[in-house]
Amino acid sequence: MNRAEIMERLNEVFRDVFDDSSITVDDSTTSKDIEDWDSLEHINLVGSVEQEFKMRFKMKEVSSMKNVGEMADIVAERAKR
Amino acid sequence: MKELMYPFDSAFLLKNKKKIRRKLMEEKVVRIKKKIAVLGGSTTDDIISMMELFLLEQGIEPEFYQSEYGRYWQDAVFGTDELLSFKPDVIYVHTTSRNITEYSLDMNNEPSSYQEMLKRQYEHFNFMWEKLREVYACPIIQNNFEYPLYRTQGNRDCWDYRGKVNFINRLNLMLSDYASEHEGFYINDINYISACYGLDKWLEPSYWYLYKYALNIYAIPELSFNVSNIIKSLFGQNKKALALDLDNTLWGGVIGDDGVSGIDIGMETAAAEAYRAFQQYIKEQKQIGVMLSVCSKNDYENALAGLEHPDGVLKPDDFLCIKANWEPKDVNVENIAHETGILPESIVFADDNPAEREIVSSQLGIKTPELDNPEDYIRIIDRNGFFEVTAFTSDDLRRNEMYQQNAERAAVCRQYENYSDYLLSLEMKAVIEGFRSMYIPRITQLTNKSNQFNLTTKRYTQQEIEKVGHDKNHICLYGRLIDKFGDNGIVSVVIGRIENSALHIELWLMSCRVLKRDMEFAMLDSLVRECQQRNINKIYGYYYKTKKNAMVSSLFGQFGFEQLEADESRSKWKLDLSGYINKNKVIMVEEGEMAI
Repeated sequence: MNRAEIMERLNEVFRDVFDDSSITVDDSTTSKDIEDWDSLEHINLVGSVEQEFKMRFKMKEVSSMKNVGEMADIVAERAKR
Repeated sequence: MKELMYPFDSAFLLKNKKKIRRKLMEEKVVRIKKKIAVLGGSTTDDIISMMELFLLEQGIEPEFYQSEYGRYWQDAVFGTDELLSFKPDVIYVHTTSRNITEYSLDMNNEPSSYQEMLKRQYEHFNFMWEKLREVYACPIIQNNFEYPLYRTQGNRDCWDYRGKVNFINRLNLMLSDYASEHEGFYINDINYISACYGLDKWLEPSYWYLYKYALNIYAIPELSFNVSNIIKSLFGQNKKALALDLDNTLWGGVIGDDGVSGIDIGMETAAAEAYRAFQQYIKEQKQIGVMLSVCSKNDYENALAGLEHPDGVLKPDDFLCIKANWEPKDVNVENIAHETGILPESIVFADDNPAEREIVSSQLGIKTPELDNPEDYIRIIDRNGFFEVTAFTSDDLRRNEMYQQNAERAAVCRQYENYSDYLLSLEMKAVIEGFRSMYIPRITQLTNKSNQFNLTTKRYTQQEIEKVGHDKNHICLYGRLIDKFGDNGIVSVVIGRIENSALHIELWLMSCRVLKRDMEFAMLDSLVRECQQRNINKIYGYYYKTKKNAMVSSLFGQFGFEQLEADESRSKWKLDLSGYINKNKVIMVEEGEMAI
C-alpha cells in the first residue's frame, strides 16, 4: 500500500465521520481545518481509521499525532508489518 | 433501519452516526418526544449519540440533558438550574465500577470494616436516588456495576470479604433489592452486557486513560441499545406479539415433505435439540405476556400435526392464531394483527427464510430479526429487547388466556342475530372507581400502550398517575370488565381536570380487547354521575389525531357531545349534563370509591 492509497482511504474515512463529502485532507491538515473536528470527534476518527486499516494506534500515538501526515505515517508503518 | 437491529456493526454505527441520524430524521414517521437526562460518572458523549439513533428507530425523539463530565452526583443532589428547567421524563445514571470510591484492599481489615465500606458506597448512591425521586418524580435508570479488570487474590476475590469481585457482587445485589422495592427504578444491567461483550474488551483501559470513557468505544452501541430498550419499554414502544414460521423455524425440516416423524424436534440430534430449546424460549416469552401466532406456508393439518409432535414444547393451544395456508405472509401477518386486535407494527416476524422476511418487512415495515442458524435464534431474538419488561402486571400474566376467551366470545357472537342480545348473553359486570394504589402500575401501563382507542394519547409516568389520582381537582376513573368467560382486567382509564364548574377530559382510553362491548358508555355514565355529585355541569372533550386513533375521531359525537371547534388535527366537544340519560344498558356496574 503506497502513501497515496493511504491518503485516499483516510480521506474517505474523514468524509464518513464528518458526513461531509467536500472534505479533502493532506499531510498538513489538522483539527483546526475541519469545523467539527473536536476532541469528541477525534475519538471517533481514530477508531474509524483503526477499523479501516485493521490496526491499532498506541495510546501515546493518539495523544501525540499532530496532523493527518503523522497519522498516515503510523498507518504506513503499521501496515508494513 | 436494519443497521440498528441486533446484531449490529458497532464500528459502522460510530463512524456513520451523522449520516444515519440524518436519514432517520428524514423518515416520515411520527415519534413521541421525550426528555432524557444523562448523569455520567465518566464521558457520555457517544453514549448519548448512539442512544439517540436507537431511540429514533424505536419511535422516540429524544432531547438530552448531559451533566458535566463526572458530575452525576452533584447534578443529582444539588441540582442545576438547567436540569430543573429541563424537566426530564427519564433520568439515566451512567456510573460504572470506575465510580466505586469506598472500596480499597487492606488484608488487615476485619469483615466489619468491609461491611462499612459497602454501606457507605451504597448510601452514596441511595442518597442520590432518593433526591432524584423527590425532585423529578420520573423513572430512574441506574447502571449496576461491571466486574473489575483484575483480581488481586485470583479466584479467591469472589468469596473473600476483602475481594473486589465479592464487593461488586454484594453491591449489585443491594441495587437489585432497591429496584425490586421501588417503583420507577430500573437497573441497566451492565454486569450482564459487559460479560456478553467480553470483559477484557469492554474494559480496555486505553479508552479510560485517553478519553475517560469507562468502556471500550466499540461497546458503546451495546450499552446505549440496552438503555434505549428500557426507555422505549417505559414509554409503550415495546412489541407485543411474535408471528412464527414453522418449517426450519420452530422445527427442522419441512413437515409437508418429511412428515411428523421426519422433522427435527426433541433430543435426538443436535438440530432437534436446538429447535426444542428455541421452542422452550418461545414458551417463556408467552409467560411474560407475548402473544404467539403461527404464520406458515403449509396445509393447516400438517401445521397442527407438527405442533402436536410429542417432543415439541409448544402446542397448538399456545397460539392465539394459527395461519397455515398459502397466502403471502404479509397478508397473514396483517390478518393476525386484525384478529388479535393489535397493530401490525407491534408484531415481530420470526422466519428463517430471508425472502419471506424481506416481503414482510418491506410491505409492513415491521421487525424481522435475521434468523439464519437455529443455534443463534434465541440470542438474536433475546438481545433485540423487543419485549423488554419494565412493568409486569397481572394482565401480562393472563394476556394469552384473555385473548383465548375473546376467541370463545367471537364464537358465541356468531350464534346471535341481534348484537345487543349477544352483549346481554355475556353477563357483563364492570367495576368503575378512582385510582386504587394497587392498580397504579397497570393504569400507567395502559396510558403508555394504548394507541387506537385513545382520544388524547397523553402518556403518564407512574409518579404522574399517582399524583393526578390523588388530586382533588381531577376526576380519575378506571374501569374493569368481567363477563361469563372471564375477567378482562382493567381496560379503561379516564382522567378529567376540574375547572370551575366544568370538567376537561385530559385522557380517555380503552383497551382494544373490549371494543364494541359498550364499556365506553358505562364509563361515561359513571363519569357524568360523579360530575353531577361535584356540581359540575359541563364536560369538555378533546380529540387529538394521531396516525393510530382514527377509530375514536367521532366518539364524543356518539356520546352526544356537541362539536365546538375542529380542524385537521384536533377537535373540541362539549356536553351539557342537565337531563343526561344513562347510555349503558348491557353492563351491570358496581361503583367503588370515586375520589381517592
